[in-house]
Amino acid sequence: MKQIPVNEATMTFLSRSANEGFARTAAACFAAQLDPTLDEVNDIKTAVSEAVTNCIVHAYPQALGKITMRLRIYPDYTVEITVKDAGVGIEDVSRAREPLYTTGNEERSGMGFTIMESFMDGVKVRSAPGKGTTVTMVKHISRRLGGAV
Amino acid sequence: MPVTCTGEGRTLTAEIRGEVDHHRAKEIIRELEQAVETALPRELTLDLGGVTFMDSSGIAVLLRAYRQAGELGAVLRVIHVPPQAGKVLRTAGLERLMRFE
Repeated sequence: MKQIPVNEATMTFLSRSANEGFARTAAACFAAQLDPTLDEVNDIKTAVSEAVTNCIVHAYPQALGKITMRLRIYPDYTVEITVKDAGVGIEDVSRAREPLYTTGNEERSGMGFTIMESFMDGVKVRSAPGKGTTVTMVKHISRRLGGAV
Repeated sequence: MPVTCTGEGRTLTAEIRGEVDHHRAKEIIRELEQAVETALPRELTLDLGGVTFMDSSGIAVLLRAYRQAGELGAVLRVIHVPPQAGKVLRTAGLERLMRFE
């Protein structure tokens, strides 16, 4: 049965590269209410950075577009992060998720999805050409004394 | 300037500071490349001690430096790798390509 989120925040921002830092910091701040460890916070920041960078580089290669990030906290100490764009979409999702595969230029490594997968506990990608892309990631936070749920 | 370089003779130490993400990667790659082209080092050391955040853009930065060092026949060392950056770089298996100290 799908749980009801305890808390939720949604933000929409332009696909400017300056927003990579904004998005990962916002996600880290939101997750902070579960009192995550420094490693857990860093994992979330890194995965969000990859997801948002993908939107900026691949979803909107020509012009600026909108990126929506939804953050949710569930009673079982899970953080769910959804990063959604209305950009060009991905033709072959499984290929895009392969390590070292990139259609980007020299400063891309093709490791974005691999990092999201290894730093988070689950990554789901929904996309179709011309229909945009939605990446949903979940991370279980270890229960410590300071958590608010 | 995210990259500060020091060195004498044919050794070059490049200190990368701040956040290494897609937003800043181009500038870092360019500064690093120019410094290496000017110094033509036999030994290139990348000091990551001042890196406060790194995502997969950092993998591309290090791979570029690795390739450039290879073209010059130079040894590449990577020092003072913070834990968060280290996890990203190990995910890409970079510790098998270059020396992390």
